[in-house]
Amino acid sequence: MPQDIKSDVKLNLEGLLCPIPIVKVSQAMKNMEVGGVLEATATDPGVLADIPAWAKSTGNELISINKEGKIIIFLLKRSK
Amino acid sequence: MAKDDAVTMIVISGDFDKVFAALSIAIGAAAAGKETNMFFTFWGIKAIQKGNFTGKSLFGRMVGLLNRGGINRIGPSRFNFWGIGRWMFKQMMKSKKITPLEELRQTAIDLGVKLFPCETSMQVMEIKKEDLIDEAEESCGVATMLELAFHSKVTLFI
Repeated sequence: MPQDIKSDVKLNLEGLLCPIPIVKVSQAMKNMEVGGVLEATATDPGVLADIPAWAKSTGNELISINKEGKIIIFLLKRSK
Repeated sequence: MAKDDAVTMIVISGDFDKVFAALSIAIGAAAAGKETNMFFTFWGIKAIQKGNFTGKSLFGRMVGLLNRGGINRIGPSRFNFWGIGRWMFKQMMKSKKITPLEELRQTAIDLGVKLFPCETSMQVMEIKKEDLIDEAEESCGVATMLELAFHSKVTLFI
């Protein structure tokens, strides 16, 4: 995770399976200001493909997505 | 309705697995900010029924009994074995913490997915408006479904 980026909202998606993670992400992003950064952790491996896809189809920026052990951590920036 | 990038699904299946897939896709589309419509026809209507017995005529009541609606009552398209399969799949999903069908439908509703019942199917199977969940839209026909499909980028028949 880049050191210089601070998240505005943190979201725990651990244990949740498709399609719930993207539901929670989209709701959290909707409640954020444009330019805000969301940091989330998840355990569903499907998230590795789904979050980049969701970001692409909604036009939001995926700053990073990494897997550390069983935990997947990603940072999303609300672009519009 | 200005943007022509809605998602419209025709759900003709009343099977647990197919309704599960349809709801998952609808939720994904709605979470991506797309206008999402689901048109329930024939067996699909079961997914938006309250689950009470339906029908007035002899055949109508027979359909209502043998093909009773309600999202918790629908079984998988394979391995149902008179309800044992349904129970087994529910247990398996529960142990893996997968969202149950009814909760999935509620999530779809909360995200603004519209659920349209097919009027003709309702008449054929003697299903009344009161037999459907309150969140269902007014019943409609093929012209409404096509109007939705015309401004959709994704149209699925499940």
